[in-house]
Amino acid sequence: MISYLIRRLLYSVPIALGVSLMIFMLVHLAPGDPISAIAPADAPPDVVERLRVDYGYDKPLPIQFGLWLGRAVTGDLGNSVASGQPVAAEVMSAVGNTILLSLCAAVFGFTLGAVLGFVAGYKQGRAMDKIATAIAVAGISVPHYWLGMVLVIVFSVQLNALPAVGMGPGGSNDWAWDWLHMRHLILPAITLAVIPIGIVMRTTRSAVAEILNQEFVQALRAKGLSERHVLGHVIRNVAPTVLAVMGLQLGYLLGGSILIETVFSWPGTGFLLNTAIFRRDIPMLQGTILVLALFFVFLNVVVDLIQTAVDPRIKRA
Amino acid sequence: MAETTLPGLVPDVPIASRGYWSSVFRRLSGDWTTILCLVVLLIIILSAVFAPWIAPADPYKTSVIRRLKDIGTPGFPLGTDELGRDMLSRLIHGGRLSLVMGITPVINALIIGSFLGIVAGFVGGKINMVIMRTVDVFYAFPSVLLAIAISGALGAGLVNSIVSLTIVFIPPITRVAESVTTSVRNLDFVEAARASGAGGFTIIRVHVLGNVLGPVFVFATGLISVSIILASGLSFLGLGVRPPEPEWGLMLNTLRQSIYVNPWVCALPGVMIFITSICFNLMSDGLRSAMDVRA
Amino acid sequence: MESKAQPLLLVKDLKKYFPILGGVLNRKVATVQAVDEVSFEVAKGETLGVVGESGCGKSTTARLLMRLIEPDEGAVIFDGEGVGEQHGLSVRDMRRNMQMVFQDSYASLNPRLTIEESIAFGPKVHGVSGKVARERARALLAKVGLDPNLFVRRYPHELSGGQRQRVNIARALALEPRLVIFDEAVSALDKSVEAQVLNLLNDLKREMNLTYIFISHDLNVVQYISDRVLVMYLGKVVETGTVEAIYGDPRHPYTRALLASMPSMDPGNRTTAPALTGDPPNPINPPSGCRFRTRCAFAEEICASTEPRLEMIHPAERHAAACHMEIAGSGHSKAMATSPPKAPPQPQHMGVVA
Repeated sequence: MISYLIRRLLYSVPIALGVSLMIFMLVHLAPGDPISAIAPADAPPDVVERLRVDYGYDKPLPIQFGLWLGRAVTGDLGNSVASGQPVAAEVMSAVGNTILLSLCAAVFGFTLGAVLGFVAGYKQGRAMDKIATAIAVAGISVPHYWLGMVLVIVFSVQLNALPAVGMGPGGSNDWAWDWLHMRHLILPAITLAVIPIGIVMRTTRSAVAEILNQEFVQALRAKGLSERHVLGHVIRNVAPTVLAVMGLQLGYLLGGSILIETVFSWPGTGFLLNTAIFRRDIPMLQGTILVLALFFVFLNVVVDLIQTAVDPRIKRA
Repeated sequence: MAETTLPGLVPDVPIASRGYWSSVFRRLSGDWTTILCLVVLLIIILSAVFAPWIAPADPYKTSVIRRLKDIGTPGFPLGTDELGRDMLSRLIHGGRLSLVMGITPVINALIIGSFLGIVAGFVGGKINMVIMRTVDVFYAFPSVLLAIAISGALGAGLVNSIVSLTIVFIPPITRVAESVTTSVRNLDFVEAARASGAGGFTIIRVHVLGNVLGPVFVFATGLISVSIILASGLSFLGLGVRPPEPEWGLMLNTLRQSIYVNPWVCALPGVMIFITSICFNLMSDGLRSAMDVRA
Repeated sequence: MESKAQPLLLVKDLKKYFPILGGVLNRKVATVQAVDEVSFEVAKGETLGVVGESGCGKSTTARLLMRLIEPDEGAVIFDGEGVGEQHGLSVRDMRRNMQMVFQDSYASLNPRLTIEESIAFGPKVHGVSGKVARERARALLAKVGLDPNLFVRRYPHELSGGQRQRVNIARALALEPRLVIFDEAVSALDKSVEAQVLNLLNDLKREMNLTYIFISHDLNVVQYISDRVLVMYLGKVVETGTVEAIYGDPRHPYTRALLASMPSMDPGNRTTAPALTGDPPNPINPPSGCRFRTRCAFAEEICASTEPRLEMIHPAERHAAACHMEIAGSGHSKAMATSPPKAPPQPQHMGVVA
């Protein structure tokens, strides 16, 4: 287990490096001189030249990457072109809001997905199964940014029951666990929760169906175990698969929240990305994506480790 | 089935054995959900192709006086948008860009990804390692994030969003193609083909492609649904096509400001994305079960 | 079967070690000695049976012969020509002369190809025109007892296991090979079907002048079909000889144990004690000296220190065994001494077999 842990961590180092390299290359994907993305459009030539030297753009690419990586590791993600503020600080405050939203959506979506999947797996072929399957397909196929709009139309425009934008009264960005703030969380969290419902439901359903078809379950029933105890055995066997999928879905929620945050003007990373794209603020774009992607890499490691720990069949030396 | 050494005594009825694809087709023809989805998709695709002849009005013609009319307004069956353009015509025309932006990346990725995956799976060794580790790096991004990152750096535009979505879908297709190829490669019939003295290229052509392309193709059809949502999502963020082009995601974006005026008209482009995406999804499921030989 | 002057196949010191990867950096941490210095020969027209427990290297040997895996060391000489050697037989030409039938009849047929296409594939690869290859496929189907008119257009999943294995045999014969290797080819079939396929194999061999290498863990089947038998244990040949010699006068304790574990039809021959206990040792770290010594009732010091060579016991029967008890002067208490025995007679061991 320890050896596996070390190997898994070592394995994620080249991945993280590759991720950083890709994000570094984004600047060079951008059309035109990379410096034009950093310097204001009306900057005099000598300022542009100084910036070029400051940022190391006069050096060969591998050295540029090394310098950039060195700065990124020490927490310096550069300065925002638009605001002039350090990117790292802005990203960090936004990441908190995104994680808050994603976690709430995860709790809601995972619970609903798992329950639906369990019921569907138990009642295979019956009406409940068909309904749950239909919900799953709809959840996978729905453009979630549109679903957000529809929810706003119903609950904010028509019923005037919940706020449509922001994360607090009066557009405040300070979160508090009171009703005034939580009202703002409801619609975006529900919308975001739809993303994982379908996948979690399908995974749970097929895992439950597979376990129920195994002979040991028949043996448990045959020896007179109550259905409640049989259920316990099923849950224990289904858990590792479902947990692994949930872990990965949490990562996708972080990515998927970008569009939802735009719909609801939620001040998270997605909102930050959106503004960065509009202002062609490349350092901000790079910084935000780097933080999110590295978080996703980290999450993958954690999921693998949890699965190894929970599932006795996986023995990794 | 009974065994016999005498040909004349073979007991089973000489059924005219069906080819693989005809048996797939036979199974599909009994699956009503899939057929319904195919019909709906066909209608959407055909009306997009023949949009100029079908659409009742000019999708670009604006009018200040008839902005945001309700659904069912005479002359404008689905109402008008924020610039007074006919919604029905714009939805029909919008299918052109939305479908192109959604389907093209998957086709591109299918070609590139299957090639990479089959090479990686069949050759193995160092080449496999290089290809698959690179794929792993791309996998470290949630797909939405990757699409937005590349599109954000490249800038808005039809070609740019197709490029970025192609890059998003190459890794998953490569992974599936690689794993199917690896499992096929280890089957005895490939060993038997090698034992017949066949070269690598012949084995790939005769024995690997036929068994790999099917599953990869089915997987790719499932991605079209995701691709359509993502493509329209990019437009929704302003990273796809530019106004005034009709495109479902972009229409959602511009209509978003008007939800307080005429909410249901504003939601219409999303309905189109939803219907298209769900039909591709269900069709992919139907195809998957129909193509399962042993079922 | 009489041995001809030149064997059809001569295998010398064939060796294959598989690396085991592990540890933090996925380095090679151990090797499995799958096939270790295996030598044997197959005469023209004979059937050589290869027996042994699972994991003893039977199948690896077959794959090494077909060059589906590259051997680490050793030479394979087919009809006087070294396979894969500079002035010898190319691997491609070897494969035209040597074919193999695999155990899993389903996995060894491409599910997307018709029976006809599968059989015709080999000849086409070797430059036979499509029409001729298809005709050959039909003729072979008839030969293996499947009506060509009923079967050519069928797919593998429409056939029973026995029918599929007949197709696999036809496919192997399509290249008109001189030697066919059967790797557990009848093991997965029902007993009645197995008997029919075995008879078919005997008929085909006579008609087409074939030579067989027949790998199986089923001792009855090997006794029925073979002229000569090779017994393998943990990647080594432990005993070889004619069927009569091996089944009538087994010398190696392992062979004796294997034969004792054969179910007997005679109630008077009933055995209660298991002939062999325990699993074979791990091939990653095989025992020193004789690899069988950990399960052998006669094991002595010499067995742990020195590896027994294959010693000819009865040249007429081509009977040889790798056991210190058969090597004169080996130092084993039960071996014949070349010089007068110095040690006092030891108390007799009870045999492995009760």
